[in-house]
Amino acid sequence: MTAMLEMRGVSKSFAGVQALRDVSFTVEAGQIHALVGENGAGKSTLMKVLSGVYPAGSYDGSIVFDGEERRFRDINGSEALGIIIIHQELALIPLMSIAENIFLSHPPSRFGVIDRHAVHRRTAELLAQVGLRESPDTLITDLGVGKQQLVEIAKALSKRVRLLILDEPTASLNEADSATLLERLLAFREQGIASILISHKLNEVARVADRITVLRDGRTVDSIDCRTERIEEDRIIRSMVDRDLAHRFPERSAEIGEPVMSVENWSVYHPLHPERQVIKNVDFNVRRGEVVGIAGLMGAGRTEFAMSLFGRAWGYNISGKVRLDGDEADLSSVPAAIAAGLAYVTEDRKQLGLILAADVRKNVTVASLRKVSERGVIDDVVELKAASDYRTRMRIRCSDVYQATGDLSGGNQQKVVLSKWLMTDPKVLLLDEPTRGIDVGAKYEIYSIINELAEAGRGVVVISSEMPELLGICDRICVMNDGAFVGEFDKDDATQEKIMRAIMRNVRMSGNRADDGVARAGGEAR
Amino acid sequence: MTDKTVSLPESPRHSGFIKNNLRNYGMLLSLLAIMLFFEIVTDGTLLQPLNLTNLVLQNSYIVIMALGMLLVIVTGHIDLSVGSVAGFVGAVAAVLMVRYHVGYPIAFVACLLLGGAIGAAQGYWVAYFKIPSFIVTLAGMLVFKGLALAVLQGQSLGPFPSTFQKLSSGFIPELFPGAGTHYPTSLLIGVVLAFVLVLASARSRAREQAHGIEVEPYAFFIVKSVALAGAVLYFTYLIASHRGLPNVLVIMTALIALYGFVTRRTVVGRQIYAVGGNAKAAKLSGVKTERLTFLTFVNMGVLAALAGLVFAARLNTATPKAGLGFELDVIAACFIGGASAYGGVGRVGGAVVGAMIMGVMNNGMSILGIGIDYQQVIKGLVLLGAVCIDVYNQRR
Repeated sequence: MTAMLEMRGVSKSFAGVQALRDVSFTVEAGQIHALVGENGAGKSTLMKVLSGVYPAGSYDGSIVFDGEERRFRDINGSEALGIIIIHQELALIPLMSIAENIFLSHPPSRFGVIDRHAVHRRTAELLAQVGLRESPDTLITDLGVGKQQLVEIAKALSKRVRLLILDEPTASLNEADSATLLERLLAFREQGIASILISHKLNEVARVADRITVLRDGRTVDSIDCRTERIEEDRIIRSMVDRDLAHRFPERSAEIGEPVMSVENWSVYHPLHPERQVIKNVDFNVRRGEVVGIAGLMGAGRTEFAMSLFGRAWGYNISGKVRLDGDEADLSSVPAAIAAGLAYVTEDRKQLGLILAADVRKNVTVASLRKVSERGVIDDVVELKAASDYRTRMRIRCSDVYQATGDLSGGNQQKVVLSKWLMTDPKVLLLDEPTRGIDVGAKYEIYSIINELAEAGRGVVVISSEMPELLGICDRICVMNDGAFVGEFDKDDATQEKIMRAIMRNVRMSGNRADDGVARAGGEAR
Repeated sequence: MTDKTVSLPESPRHSGFIKNNLRNYGMLLSLLAIMLFFEIVTDGTLLQPLNLTNLVLQNSYIVIMALGMLLVIVTGHIDLSVGSVAGFVGAVAAVLMVRYHVGYPIAFVACLLLGGAIGAAQGYWVAYFKIPSFIVTLAGMLVFKGLALAVLQGQSLGPFPSTFQKLSSGFIPELFPGAGTHYPTSLLIGVVLAFVLVLASARSRAREQAHGIEVEPYAFFIVKSVALAGAVLYFTYLIASHRGLPNVLVIMTALIALYGFVTRRTVVGRQIYAVGGNAKAAKLSGVKTERLTFLTFVNMGVLAALAGLVFAARLNTATPKAGLGFELDVIAACFIGGASAYGGVGRVGGAVVGAMIMGVMNNGMSILGIGIDYQQVIKGLVLLGAVCIDVYNQRR
């Protein structure tokens, strides 16, 4: 067979972080090529390079399609050749009909007037092709996620797709919808349409893929031809996680004391789908001076768990008991949770963590204004001294504390957020992806700060999608999947393989459901 | 990835300081330029004591409402109903005092409470039901315009008792009658005020210096203090040579000082800015965002009521047309003064200066005999221009 697409020696870096290193990737006509790897391995980045989201010139290497080198300036360039990407977050407009969505950018028209009949007829044809029995006039908002996914595919077909890229298409689908979707991919293969399938679900990958490529730390580490080789899950998992520990972690001797926070029978329902239990009666505890990691895939419920604990900032019909220092804590609102000694550092620093237009000083003190004021009047001098102290202690690099936080680098922004929460003097800190979008040097500093927090006798919970990070800094790692803890490992006992195996075993059993509740406006920040 | 590593080289302090502050004082300089312009083209009429007093009286209610509107805009909302509310409260005041002969203090307090209740009624939907403030207050605008008509039965009602009229048309009592052509009490107040202002800023500067905090250069401080004291003294001198300080100017000054203090120095003020800057982040930092939004609307209602009373007292009659279009001047004042339509940014001083710019332009153009038609055109262009300059400055 001839190669339809060949990506040669692609490298891409962001602000000093190498996201892709010399990746080569080939897709043959009529092939289903699966791309697997951990969160942050570089899968999405590679696909963004291919589709022109990152324009030619912003990466090294070359893209050859149909035997010719292509330099896409934007996504229109790749679409013109029939390379269509369907993102994990669907790009449909909820209050428009199926037909309007499919022909949004290129409606059949005469003299600029949309030909409604042609739109309707061609939509009906496309829907038949993807096997979706719905009227073209149905609104997107009235469809389930599985059917919306099919509409996206119909939209791709309308653009004469030749290479279809699906980014975790089944992450939010149930078994039946996933099966339908995979059937479609197999049918397309018969018509000569190639697909790139990004997925965490190895059983699906094994079922449909002709070739599996494993990415790790931005490199191709394995490529399996499924027609000639047997697919061994163990081999794939090992390739996904087995890495040289390039990152280093600060040394620390843990002195672990009594439990500082214990959660019993915690249950949370989805605010928009009240029948859906997102956190399923879990127990959890942190001890003084302990760093506990929560591992899991995106959508496993980790953020939801943390935010529901933090003054019910997320979720509906929350029940369960939380003890802080042995006493039952009132966590009914965010101010109550802060007063009880809880702090939550969000994964989405820019949207939920900082007031970007405000300066460092105001961001540091906003959660503890009472400490720098008397009878409701802020003491400028006391406030300034407090903010300056944190600037020095946390080594926040800024011109002065009057600099707007929006102008700081990711690492320094994160230090501002940490300062804000340290100032509230919490007993337990919940850190959600504390090093997301931060360069390697700043990561090390954040790890050091986490160590200092634990040494000061606080309990620290770290949610992270980067397993080496969890292994490097945690005393204990709990594995969450589909709203429940499915494994727990001590520092000495934990390996990436064991964690990955615990996740994968359960993904296969339950079909991991991505949450659609918590805003992820930051997207994958790598 | 948008992360930028910022390690600014230490810039020469003085030039940086002046540059930063030019931006802060830009609007004030514009006001001075506009005043100078009209002073020249009206052959000195603008700053004549009589005209200056009128200028204050004409704009007092806009300034009062701009203080409340600034907080509403800072939280990221808008209140279109203030003009109608002011008109309605004025009408209720007339009904109470003229038709039912309710005593002036009782009617006054009742009207402020009514304003607060109106603000609460609107703020409730905005803060807790998340209905866009534009819609809620647009509805309020229609409702209260209609209610004003209904209460007055379509007719003007007046005159008010003379004690009530003093609210707008009165001047502070003279303690030393016959001590000269000027009003010595007013002059004295001006002198004391200038002294207090300079003393306060000197003390705060000394305190910061004692704590090792970087302060403005000494020369700059002296120039600023002299300019401030000079402006206050000159202004009171002019005002005092007519009939002394108007009562409403005293009220206005007290309110400006109060709101300036609240926004800059208090926990509540800081939290209002946090809500406007990033409501989600503020909420996750323990700020009670809904309650604060609600309270800014209550506050707006009270101030709109006060403005309605001042306006009614000034006209000495309540008319169904009172308050018509006030909201536009008030909102324009805030935006000219540098408030951001996206919330989180805006200063009390800016809103006051914005209101003054509008007032001086109204006044100056009227003296020049420019028709009401072109006055509106010019005011509209000034609003657009001021905001454009502001946006341009921030983008740099």
